[in-house]
Amino acid sequence: MAQRRWRLSSLQAIIGTIPLIGVSVGVFVICIIFSILWSFTSSKLFPNFDWVGFENYDRLWQTSRWIVSVQNIWLFGVLSIVGNMVFGYVLAVFMDQRIRMEDTFRSIFLYPFAMSLVVTGLVWQWMMDPNLGVQAAMQNLGLEWFRFAPLTDANTAIYGVIVAGIWQGTGVTMAILLAGLRGVDQEIWKAAKVDGIPNWRTYLFIALPMMRGAIATAFVLQCVGVVRVYDLIIALTQGGPGIATQMPAVFVIQHITNRQNVGMGMAAAAMMLAPIIVLIAIRALVMWRAAAQEKRAAKLAIAAEERERLEAAGIAAPVAAE
Amino acid sequence: MKRFVTAAAVSAAALLGTTAYTQAAEVEVIHWWTSGGEQAAVSVFASEFEARTEHTWLDTAIAGGENARAATMQRILGGDAPGAAQFNPGRQYEELIEAGLLLDLTELAESEGWRDFMRPPSTMAACDVDGQVWCVPVNIHSWNWAWASIPVFEAAGVEMPTSFAEFLEAAPAIQEAGYIPFAIGGEGWQINGAFGVVQTSIIGLDNREAILNGKDLDLARELMPEVFETFRSFKPFTDEGSANRNWNDTTNLVVTDQAALQIMGDWARGEFAVAGEVAGEDYECLALPLASPTVSTGGDIFLFPKQGDPDVEAAQLEMASMMVSPQVQALFNNAKGSMPIRGDVDMSLADACMQKGLAIIEDEANIQVDAQRWLTEDTNAQMNDLIAEFWATDMSVEDAVNSYVSILENAD
Amino acid sequence: MTDQAISSPAAGMATDVAGPAGPKPKRLTASRVGVYAFLIIAALFFLIPLWVMIVTSLKTLPEIRLGNLFNWPSDLTFDPWIKAWTTACTGRDCDGISPGFWNSVKITVPSVILSVFLAALNGYALSFWKYRGSELFFGLLMFGAFVPYQVVIYPLIIAFREIGIFATLPGIIILHSIFGMPILTLLFRNFFGSLPGELFRAARVDGAGFWQIFVMIMLPMSVPITIVAIILQVTGIWNDFLFGVVFAGRPNMPMTVQLNNIVTTTTGIREYNVNMAATILTALVPLAVYFISGKWFVRGIAAGAVKG
Repeated sequence: MAQRRWRLSSLQAIIGTIPLIGVSVGVFVICIIFSILWSFTSSKLFPNFDWVGFENYDRLWQTSRWIVSVQNIWLFGVLSIVGNMVFGYVLAVFMDQRIRMEDTFRSIFLYPFAMSLVVTGLVWQWMMDPNLGVQAAMQNLGLEWFRFAPLTDANTAIYGVIVAGIWQGTGVTMAILLAGLRGVDQEIWKAAKVDGIPNWRTYLFIALPMMRGAIATAFVLQCVGVVRVYDLIIALTQGGPGIATQMPAVFVIQHITNRQNVGMGMAAAAMMLAPIIVLIAIRALVMWRAAAQEKRAAKLAIAAEERERLEAAGIAAPVAAE
Repeated sequence: MKRFVTAAAVSAAALLGTTAYTQAAEVEVIHWWTSGGEQAAVSVFASEFEARTEHTWLDTAIAGGENARAATMQRILGGDAPGAAQFNPGRQYEELIEAGLLLDLTELAESEGWRDFMRPPSTMAACDVDGQVWCVPVNIHSWNWAWASIPVFEAAGVEMPTSFAEFLEAAPAIQEAGYIPFAIGGEGWQINGAFGVVQTSIIGLDNREAILNGKDLDLARELMPEVFETFRSFKPFTDEGSANRNWNDTTNLVVTDQAALQIMGDWARGEFAVAGEVAGEDYECLALPLASPTVSTGGDIFLFPKQGDPDVEAAQLEMASMMVSPQVQALFNNAKGSMPIRGDVDMSLADACMQKGLAIIEDEANIQVDAQRWLTEDTNAQMNDLIAEFWATDMSVEDAVNSYVSILENAD
Repeated sequence: MTDQAISSPAAGMATDVAGPAGPKPKRLTASRVGVYAFLIIAALFFLIPLWVMIVTSLKTLPEIRLGNLFNWPSDLTFDPWIKAWTTACTGRDCDGISPGFWNSVKITVPSVILSVFLAALNGYALSFWKYRGSELFFGLLMFGAFVPYQVVIYPLIIAFREIGIFATLPGIIILHSIFGMPILTLLFRNFFGSLPGELFRAARVDGAGFWQIFVMIMLPMSVPITIVAIILQVTGIWNDFLFGVVFAGRPNMPMTVQLNNIVTTTTGIREYNVNMAATILTALVPLAVYFISGKWFVRGIAAGAVKG
C-alpha cells in the first residue's frame, strides 16, 4: 500500500518535472548533438551537412588565437573564481553584522551586475587608461610611481579583465552566500557563543561547511560565467592587445556569427564541452552511487513511518485510490 | 524629379505585370545606422521612400554591423525575413544568394541601366554575381585617408610628409617635441585598416590584387616581408594608451593636437566637423598612398530577402530603385558623409576633403577594391587576428609572413 | 525591519530581526567601526565606476574630451539625461530609450515569473522526489548551462519556426525560461537540499502530496533563494539583447535594442554623456528590484526560521 502511494506521488513528480525533462533532453541534448555533428561539416553561414571529418579540429588546434584562448580561460577562471568567492564571502560576512542600511550596501554591491556591460566596460577602459584613468589621477596627486594600466600590455591585460570581472560579479556571489548564511540554523550561533568560540572562527569553520549548497551554487554560477565569458571581453578589450585576452566563448560566437564559419565555431564549442563532459561524468558516477545508497535508506525509513502511521490510526484504508 | 518618380513607379510596376497600381505595403528595413549623422542619412531613404511611393518604411535599427547582420541571418532562418537589410559589399551574403533567399533585382537593374551609371565598376560588381543583380550599393566609404594635425607638425618644425618613409623619418622629431607621432587604437579593425593602407602604398594596387585575389603565394612571400617590417616601424611612435582605444578617441588625439597623424577612413571627418575644425587650417586630410592617392571602395549595400508576397516584392523593387536615384543619392550621401555610387549627382555641398575623394574616384586606376570582395569573412578575420597579434607582440616578420601565406593558401 | 522576534542569538530584544546571525552590538565598539570601514571601502571600490558614469553624464562633450575623468563637471548639464530618455536617435526614430520600456516589462515580468516558478518546482522535485533518471536529467541540464547560448541558437530558431512561435512574445518568454532553467534549478535544488529532511517527511506523514507540500511548505520557505533567483533573472532578461532582437519579433523589441543603438556605433560620433545616462536609466529597473527585494531578504529568513 505504502509502496503504491509513493509510486503515485512519484508519478506526480515526473509530471511536475516535464518542463525540466523537455528542456534538458529536448533542448540541450538535441542541440548539443547537432552542434557536434555540425563540427564535422563545412558549414559556413548556415549549418549544412557536408562532412569534412576532423578538418575543423585540425585547423582549430593550429590556430594560435584558439590556443591563447584556452590558456587564458584557465588563468582567468582560477583567479576570478577565487577572487570572487573570497571577496564575496567576506562581504557577506560583514553584511551579516546587523549593519544599518543593509539594503543600500547590498544594492551598491549588486548594481554593477544590473548595468549593460557595453558602457561599464568602456568606463573600466577609461579607468585603466594610463593617460585618463586612475594612474593619471594618482600621478596628479604627486604619486609619480603609481602604475595601474594593465590593459595596455599584452602580458597584464588579462589581470585588468579579472579586476573588472570581480567588480561585476562579486555582488551576486555575496547575495548567494548571504542567503546561505541566513539559512544556517540559529541554534548553531547560540551554541558557538556559549562555547566562547570567536566570531571569525564560527564563520570560517562552522558556518562555511554548513552552507555547502550556497557555496556549490555560487561556484557553479562562477564556472558557468567563466566558461561563457563573452560580453566582458568584448566590452573591455575585444580580445586585445593583439590576441592576448581572447577567450573560447568569444572564439565560438564570432565564428558562428560574424565570421560565418559555423563548422569551425561548433568544433571549438565541442572542445569547450569536453572537459565539462568529463567533470559531469565523474559527478554523475558519484551521485549515482550515493543515490543508490540513499534510496535504500529512504525505502526503509518510509516503510517504517508508514507502518507507524497506520498502526497509530488503526486503519488500513487505501489513501491514494483516486 | 516628378518625371523620374513616375518612371520609377511604372518600371517597377511593369516588372510585376500589375500595370495600374500596386497595393500599399510595409517594408521592414534592418540597418545599423544609429548615431546622429547616420540617422539623418537613413531618414533620407525612409522619407523619400514614403514620399515617392504609397508604401511604408518600417525601421529596425540594430547597432553594430555584426549584430545587425546576425539578426538578419537568424530572422531569415526563422522565416521572419526583413524586407531589406544592410550589409557591406563583399562575400558576406554569397550563401544567401546561393540558397535562393534573395529577391532578384536583375530586371530592375537592367531597365534602369545600373551597370552603366555606377562608378567605379567594382561597386556594381559587389552585387552583380554571374550576370544577376542581387543587391543595391548605396554609398562608398574609403579607408585610404590619413588625418594630420597642422599645429602639431608646425610645433615640431616638420613638414607635412609626402610618403610614409618621410613621415617615419620625421617622427622622432615630433616625439621629441612632446607629441604622439602616430595615433592608433587597439581595435583589430583599426590596426588591420592601417595595415591595408601601408600594404597598398608599398606593393601597389596590382600586386595587392595578385596576392589577395589571385592568391599568388610566391609573390606574397616576396613582397609581404617589407610590408610587415614597415608596419612595425610605426610601433615605436605610438603612445602607451593605444592598446585599448576606440577609433574616435584616437581621432580626438589629432583633433586636440596631441597627436600628429592617424590613418583612418573618411568617417573620421565627422569628428573634426563636430569639434569645429576646418580642413587645411586645423587639420589636413591626406589621401593615401601619398604618392598616388587611391580610394578604397568599402561602403554599404542593401539586399532584399524574398517575401513571397507580390505586394511587398513590388515595394522592395521600388525601394531599390529609389536608393540609386540621383536625387536620393545626393541627399543621402551628403547626410552620411560618404561618396555616391554614381558620378552624375550634385555633391557641391561636400567639404574639401570629400571633394578630394570625389576627384580621385573618377579615375578607375585609383580604385583599391576592398579585400572583403575577394576574401571570405573567415579568411579576412584570420588576417585581422594575425595582424593584431603581430602588432601587439614581438612576433617575427618571418613568422608573420608564413602565417599570412598559409591563411591565403587555405582561403576559399 | 519590524519583524517579530524569532529565535535569535541576542534573545530578549523585542525588536530583533531574525536575519543577520552575527551578535547584536549594544554600542559602537572598535570592531563595529572596523565593520563599517571595511564595508565603506568596499562600497567605494564598487561605486567609483558609477561616479565616473554620473559625472560623465553631466558633462558636455567638449569637457569630456579634456579628460579629467573623476572631476565634477565644471559646466553642469542635464541635457544628456533628457536626450537619452526622449530624443536620442535609435535609427530613423529619435525618441530615446523610452519607447522600448514597456516592451521590456512585457517580456521580463512573465519570463521571470515562469522561469522562477519552473525552477522552484524542479529544485523541489529533484531534492525530495528523486526518481529513476531525475539526476540524469539534472546533469544534462547543468551541461546545458555551460554551452554558449549562440551554439544552440540555430536549432532553436528552426524549432521555434516549426512550432510557429518564432518572433512572438510567447516565444521569447519560453526562450528565457529555457535558458534560465539550468542555473535557477541548481539554485533551488541546492537550497531545498540544505533544508532539514524531517520537515518534508512530517508533511508526508500528514498525508500531503507533491503539490500541497510544494505550495504550502516549500515555496514560503524558499523566499531568500527566490530573491536571488529573481535578481539573476530580472537582470539577465532585462539586459538581454541577443534574444530580444531576434526572438521577440519587431513589435516587442526590448529597451536594450534602443540602448544598444544609442551606445554602440562603429563609425558614428560617440556621445559619451548620453551613453552614460541611457545606461543608468536602463539599469534603474533591476536596481529598484534589488533594493526592494532586500526587505524580503530579511523577512524570508523569519519564515525559514520556523524550521529551528
